Amino acid sequence: MAETTASRVTGPLPAPPARSSGALPTGRARRRYRTVVAVLGVLAAGFGFGLLAWDNPMPVGSDGFWRIAQMRGTNLVVMAVVAICQAVATVGFQTVTGNRVITPSIMGFEALYVAVQTTAVYFLGVAGVVAVQGLPQFALQLVLMVGFAMLLYGWLLSGRYANLQVMLLIGIVIGGGLASVSTFMQRLLTPSEFDVLAARLFGNVSNADASYLPLAVPLCLGAAVLLWAGSRRLDVVALGRDASTGLGLDHRRETMRVLFLVSVLMAVSTALVGPMTFLGFLVATLAYQFTGAHAHRYVFPVAVLTCFVVLSGAYFVMRNVFYANGVVSIIIELVGGLVFLFVILRKGRL
Amino acid sequence: MTTETPVPQARRGGRLLDGKLLVGTAVVGALVVLSLFTGVYDVFGADDGGEMFAITRVPRTVALVLAGAAMAMSGLVMQLLTQNRFVEPTTTGTTEWAGLGLLTVMVLVPGASIGARMLGAVLAAFVGTMVFFLFLRRVTLRSSLVVPIIGIMLGAVVSAVSTFVALQTDMLQNLGVWFAGSFTSVLRGQYELLWIVALAAVAVFVAADRFTVAGLGEEVATNVGLDYGRVVLLGTGLIAVATGVVTVVVGNLPFLGLIVPNVVSMFRGDDLRGNLPWVCLLGVGTVTVCDLIGRVVIMPFEVPVSLILGVVGAAVFVLLLLRQRRHG
Amino acid sequence: MITLSGVRKEYSGEVAIGPVDLRIPRGGVTALVGPNGAGKSTLLTMTGRLLGLDAGVIEIAGHDVARTPSKDLAKVVSVLRQENHFVTRLTVRQLVAFGRFPHSRGRLTAADEEVVSRAIDFLDLGGLENRYLDQLSGGQRQRAYVAMVLSQETEYVLLDEPLNNLDMRHSAQMMRHLRRVAEELERTVVVVLHDINFAGHYADRICAVKDGAVVEFGTPEEIMTGEVLTRVFETPVTVVDGPRGPLAVYY
Repeated sequence: MAETTASRVTGPLPAPPARSSGALPTGRARRRYRTVVAVLGVLAAGFGFGLLAWDNPMPVGSDGFWRIAQMRGTNLVVMAVVAICQAVATVGFQTVTGNRVITPSIMGFEALYVAVQTTAVYFLGVAGVVAVQGLPQFALQLVLMVGFAMLLYGWLLSGRYANLQVMLLIGIVIGGGLASVSTFMQRLLTPSEFDVLAARLFGNVSNADASYLPLAVPLCLGAAVLLWAGSRRLDVVALGRDASTGLGLDHRRETMRVLFLVSVLMAVSTALVGPMTFLGFLVATLAYQFTGAHAHRYVFPVAVLTCFVVLSGAYFVMRNVFYANGVVSIIIELVGGLVFLFVILRKGRL
Repeated sequence: MTTETPVPQARRGGRLLDGKLLVGTAVVGALVVLSLFTGVYDVFGADDGGEMFAITRVPRTVALVLAGAAMAMSGLVMQLLTQNRFVEPTTTGTTEWAGLGLLTVMVLVPGASIGARMLGAVLAAFVGTMVFFLFLRRVTLRSSLVVPIIGIMLGAVVSAVSTFVALQTDMLQNLGVWFAGSFTSVLRGQYELLWIVALAAVAVFVAADRFTVAGLGEEVATNVGLDYGRVVLLGTGLIAVATGVVTVVVGNLPFLGLIVPNVVSMFRGDDLRGNLPWVCLLGVGTVTVCDLIGRVVIMPFEVPVSLILGVVGAAVFVLLLLRQRRHG
Repeated sequence: MITLSGVRKEYSGEVAIGPVDLRIPRGGVTALVGPNGAGKSTLLTMTGRLLGLDAGVIEIAGHDVARTPSKDLAKVVSVLRQENHFVTRLTVRQLVAFGRFPHSRGRLTAADEEVVSRAIDFLDLGGLENRYLDQLSGGQRQRAYVAMVLSQETEYVLLDEPLNNLDMRHSAQMMRHLRRVAEELERTVVVVLHDINFAGHYADRICAVKDGAVVEFGTPEEIMTGEVLTRVFETPVTVVDGPRGPLAVYY
């Protein structure tokens, strides 16, 4: 391969030759990208520090300050994990499906999560919520979700009639069937059991247990790094099946690989904090606008940063301005949902 | 599944009433009668049996017939208007909009009459269906399968709003109860408004051909002298009325409008006029059977019909998708 | 050389294509012509391994397209379909640069950029290279796609109806470009064409396909006769001597 010979278009954006095919061909585009990353970085750092330090009763720097900050730090790590998972998974998923108005969370991950939680409470009562907490249970949920996704992909994406959209719809419909079973069980719960369950059915960073992180962090980082490393292949996948096959890419294998990584990321995020249907959609849509480039190696970091800023910003504002911690994810869902409505009504083509 | 499914026959059967349809009607009729006499309460032995029969069994069975027919027809109208086989109130967000309308009325006017709740649900269903149609007209789609995917996501947006409102007003568990379609609580004095959907069903019979033409697009419709806008408004109105009323009285009947018209056209081809009575019949039959199953599996308790429809419907939907996949 | 032997493709039980045996020699422009639904595009897409075969073997320059790893094949043959939709918003140059993917795996070297520039200039797209594809006319966009397969620098170039949706001027311009590709760049161009007169004027060889089988293969002089064309297209065709060679008249 000739790739080692001359100027690589990686790393800290080298000055390209006069005629460049880079994702950011002009100086203006590069400056814009750098500005976006810088602003998002500053915002992320600001909200992150704010969440750690704001309203901390201890003086900054004291032992007590650090102890409280450490507790809040766990939440911050969870947010970072969720941000990476949702952002990277959504961008990758939208590329392999060739559709920018869908989100991977509709693929039955959430329905499965809700079913597991509901079943536990249904059979074990209030104790059920506790019963599904713990590292082994967390791992089991991950295996269930990824296993479900792989069954679906293996069944519907191989063979002669492989069709991605049929696969998507079947995933959604199976999720719908699962959801009606959950709804039925929820009806039979006592109000107090239901209240306990309801808290778990909304995405919330405080659902996460610090003991999950040793498993969640490596999985999330591993899958995200693998996807990021395949950025250039994803750029080609985005051209569609025929064009990418013509360019020598094994389109089906690449699709399966991406979908597998996406399912790992979505499973980690969902099992960690609960359903977040439109967060990924929201940040991916914003990231395409912010980046102004097609190349995935530029889109991924912006999407992750945006996701973290949205999450931490929402928590910071809700906690310190409105004193309403529990509804953060619902607010994000609402905003994401409205953006979704706006995008589909404005868009001319799917 | 019901037994009245017809054997394949030559398309363009011609006459509306033929032998098979009579057999089908008889089978569904038998199911309806069976539904009348199924239940824990002994309507023959007990002293007040006759009265109980009139208070619970008759309303319940009438509701089954009306809701089944109405939802199946709504699905058909939506499929005609959009020329897409996978569209129905559950896959376009219409049901969720109706639920949001219902919830809004409940929150704003606690103790609102059933009529007021229906109005809210119907209005919201109308708005929601229009939003979806508007979106369909604005975009060019590469695959008919994207439409239900977007529709289901749209429904998720709306139900996120409902959930938020319900959470803020402490009605979350009630919300689940309303949405889960069940005929358990259909009693005399509470279901009569359901007769409205009978009118909607008749209107569908009258206007069916126009929906087909409108589904071919504004240009085609105008070319044959049809007021496109009016037909779409009429269709949306009928769908909204049927969905809204059924949602308030019974609840969500998932996938009914999708599987019934598709199964009928699988066996009979796409002869619209000839299929209409079959869609009606199969809709009634399916709901009745699901309700019967729900009533007997864990007697004396009941499983809501929406659970059975949700599971059975999802399975049939998946089969339809796999079939479509094979035929390209 | 492209060799098809015993190639078959079935659609839902009925044989749709084949068995086809065909040898397309190196160099020049070969046009696939025939009535609608005859299987021209299917043959081309199977040759470009975008579609699997049910039986038979297709070899390009000795590489069996079913067995050779796709990424090695991408350095031997490039293929362009008529429909190209995708959601990413690309400039002309970014699109053309994708043609270098088989060589650079996405990490463009200065040499790659040079090839991309040449492909763009070859199709007169120099002034448009930083424009986005959705800002171009149909003819310009079609040229950009052709530039992409050119920058792939493959010996064999397969194009599926590149004149689709182009007006007279752009069609003639595209065919002149393709001739130059064959002559100046010494590539082997195989192209599906709808208009027999374009094939008769610009191609070196014409391959007539009908009902899933190759019915004629020869030089334009051999194919451009009333008798042959009438048989292939199943409609009365007269060939007259035009100012620039034989002209098929079918109306």
